[in-house]
Amino acid sequence: MKAYFGRRYAVSASHRLHSEALNAEQNRAAYGKCNNPHGHGHNYAVEVLVGGAVNPETGMVVDLVALDRVVGERVLDRFDHANLNLDPVFTDRIPTTENFCRTIFALLKDALPGGELEHVRVEETENNFFECFREG
Amino acid sequence: MIYLTRRATFSASHYYWNEAWSAEKNFEVFGRCASRNGHGHNYTLEVTVAGEPDPVTGFVIDLKWLKDAMEREVLSAYDHKHLNLDAQEFQHEIPTTENIAIAAWRRLEPAITAAKGAKLSRVRVYETPEIFAEFRGEA
Repeated sequence: MKAYFGRRYAVSASHRLHSEALNAEQNRAAYGKCNNPHGHGHNYAVEVLVGGAVNPETGMVVDLVALDRVVGERVLDRFDHANLNLDPVFTDRIPTTENFCRTIFALLKDALPGGELEHVRVEETENNFFECFREG
Repeated sequence: MIYLTRRATFSASHYYWNEAWSAEKNFEVFGRCASRNGHGHNYTLEVTVAGEPDPVTGFVIDLKWLKDAMEREVLSAYDHKHLNLDAQEFQHEIPTTENIAIAAWRRLEPAITAAKGAKLSRVRVYETPEIFAEFRGEA
């Protein structure tokens, strides 16, 4: 029987939205306050949803401790209390929450200790969030 | 198709224990959750139904009816109960969050289907604000 297990994590990080393809004025127009030269930060909430058969022996889709370890190693250790712009993955792409969400999905997709990654949601503030689903 | 979700909370205790395993293996797999004295959570139950709004009422489902059905079918059996000891379905099945979501679906689905309106689409159970499981009726 297929069920889904969801887990939420906290990531506090800074970023600056600035495109090299745009001039200073265009950057300000596109990104507004998010283009501030010295950056700014958020308390992101990262929600990971894992789908799969419920193991009849444990009653679980995925082991929580093992999932925490993988997310900790691949995502939290890397991005929590970091400047996203300085991470190699963002050298050629802008650390919008769309791209952050897609990055997290890619980092976790083949590394889960069980089940399949169904979706990743990244909440940038209480009022906006971004989701990336398995289908693409 | 419109999806409508109703939330309710219940507080219950449980422990994780596989009777086929030794005590040592139970503690190895389930950690603190295996303590036979049990422990508890404030759970949140989210029930999502899907359907077309009724042309007369504009409702997908009567929310008061859904609230009463959740109370009658699920909360009356789980709220302020010990899931392993008080709920029949967990006499021999481990009350993990995944299994609670499946069990809540089984409790609600016949009533919602019999009401001949919306279809049950998803049951999500939060064990804490950071941990949840859901069931969508898939095999």
